[in-house]
Amino acid sequence: MRDIILFTLIVAAGTGGELCVSRAMKVVGEATSFHPVEIAKVILRALRVPWMWMGVGMMAIAFFALLGALSFYNVSFVVPVTALSYVAGAFGGVAFLRENVSPQRWLGVLLVAIGVTLVFLGKS
Amino acid sequence: MTSRKTLHLKTYLMIAVMIVAGPLGNVLLAQGMKHSGALAIWPPAALLHTATNVFASGSIWLGVASLITFFVAYMLVLSWADYSFVQPASSLAYGVVALLGYLMLGEHVSPLRWAGIAVICVGVFVVGRTDPKTTEKKRGNAETADPALVGQV
Repeated sequence: MRDIILFTLIVAAGTGGELCVSRAMKVVGEATSFHPVEIAKVILRALRVPWMWMGVGMMAIAFFALLGALSFYNVSFVVPVTALSYVAGAFGGVAFLRENVSPQRWLGVLLVAIGVTLVFLGKS
Repeated sequence: MTSRKTLHLKTYLMIAVMIVAGPLGNVLLAQGMKHSGALAIWPPAALLHTATNVFASGSIWLGVASLITFFVAYMLVLSWADYSFVQPASSLAYGVVALLGYLMLGEHVSPLRWAGIAVICVGVFVVGRTDPKTTEKKRGNAETADPALVGQV
């Protein structure tokens, strides 16, 4: 039960956070150079977008769940299992956003699921 | 043409930073958590004790710094390249994290786990290489279809 809660939080909050951040960055616009001042400006602009805060909040939740999981299991087990976010993303897209998931994408999702299963089987 | 080349270069540079800094951060966090002892979160006093232990660890802070580096590189690259271009390229991170876990923490990674990680990498790559917008008609112009340069057209 503990493991299910931890991994669900890592996957769900992590994926949700990434989507929010990705959306925020599209609002912020392109970084034009790597000059520290320019990077600071981009970060400051990003902090004014509410999506960024929502994303950061969800990522923080995912982060503490990750710390919890890492205290119980090896990192080479925990991180591959978090790849389940691709499976969750595809099903979430179909269920909540009525997205059209292509056969090739389902193939990728299936491969990820098989990979995570193998990682679970090789746990010992 | 030169600016397109530069953009490709900085895209790959940022992806390289992501592939190294992300897994390194996770491995450092794991190192910190392995030395933090039992993780009691109840009652609140125990949670405070746990939090103090965790954040007293240098590895945790190095891990956080590494993950911030990853995050900044990720934010920057997403500001000009598509998520669906960055995602497959960063699939290598799953392999890197296992490699670093093995090298830095001496974790035992069974052949079955390696196989699983390889399949995950391939799966993530396949997911990412699909057309991100399935509901829209493709444009015929090869230049505008370059996923590394979405912001440029």
